[in-house]
Amino acid sequence: MTYDYPQFTTLADPTRRAVFELVAERPRSVAEITRALTVTQSAVSQHLKVLREAQLVRAVPKGASNIYHIDPDGLERLRAELDRFWGKTLTAYKAAVENTPKEEPQ
Amino acid sequence: MNTHAAATSVKQSIVVEAPIARAFEVFVKDFGRFKPAEHNLLGVAIAETVFEPQVGGHIYDRGIDGSLCRWARVLAYEPPNRLLMSWDISPRWQIETNLGRTSEWEVRFTAETASRTRVEIEHRHLERHGQGWEGVRDGVGGEEGWPLYLQRFADLFARPTGR
Repeated sequence: MTYDYPQFTTLADPTRRAVFELVAERPRSVAEITRALTVTQSAVSQHLKVLREAQLVRAVPKGASNIYHIDPDGLERLRAELDRFWGKTLTAYKAAVENTPKEEPQ
Repeated sequence: MNTHAAATSVKQSIVVEAPIARAFEVFVKDFGRFKPAEHNLLGVAIAETVFEPQVGGHIYDRGIDGSLCRWARVLAYEPPNRLLMSWDISPRWQIETNLGRTSEWEVRFTAETASRTRVEIEHRHLERHGQGWEGVRDGVGGEEGWPLYLQRFADLFARPTGR
C-alpha cells in the first residue's frame, strides 16, 4: 500500500527546509527566521504558510506576532514514540550484556 | 539513562558493565535478543532478527513463515566504536522504499574504564519522514492513516520500562 501526494515535495525546496530546520531547532518568529537566512521576510512568510498547511509547523500567537513551533501532532509524536522505543531497547541491551557470563574475573 | 535531543532527533545513552569490545559484540550479535519483540512489520511472528555485520548489510527480521523484512541498512561498521544504520520504516509503520524519506541511527561506544562502556544512540533526521505524515494526514487522515500506526506504536511501548 503506497500513497503519492503533491505534499511530498513540501520539504524538497532547500529554503523551505532551512526554514523548517530553524523552527525545529527552537520556536522562532518570522523576524528571527528572516535574520538567520538570506531571503526576504515575505519569502519566509510564504514558506511558513506552506509548512503550516502541510501541518509540519504550527503558529502560536504571541503579542503582535506569531511564534512558529514544530507541529506536535506530527514530528513530536514520532519523536516521543522513538524515544520510548530506544529507551526500551537500551534497557534490554544492558540486561543482555551484563547477564551473559563474562570471561574476566571480577 | 539520559534523554536529551533536538526536535528532529532522539538521543539516549546508557552505561553497561562490560569492556568496549564485548559491549559492541553483544549489540551486534544479540540484537534480536534485546530488540523489543513487538517491533514487527511482518504479518507473522519473528523467528529471528539478523544483523549483518558489514557495510552494505542489513538488519532484517525473518518471520516464522520464512518472509523477510529488511528494515535497516548498515551504513558504517567500525568495531568497537561506532555503528551507523538507516531506519527504513515510515511513520505509517511500513517499509520505506524511498531512501530520501529514511532517517538514520548511530550507535557510539566509549570506554569509561576497562570494564565499563558508555553506549549512545542518536536517531536523527526524523524530519525526512515528514513527507509520510503529510501525505497520510492530508490524503488519508482520520483513523486509517498514520495516527493509527503511531497509536499502535505508542501502545506497544507504553508499558513502564523500569527507567
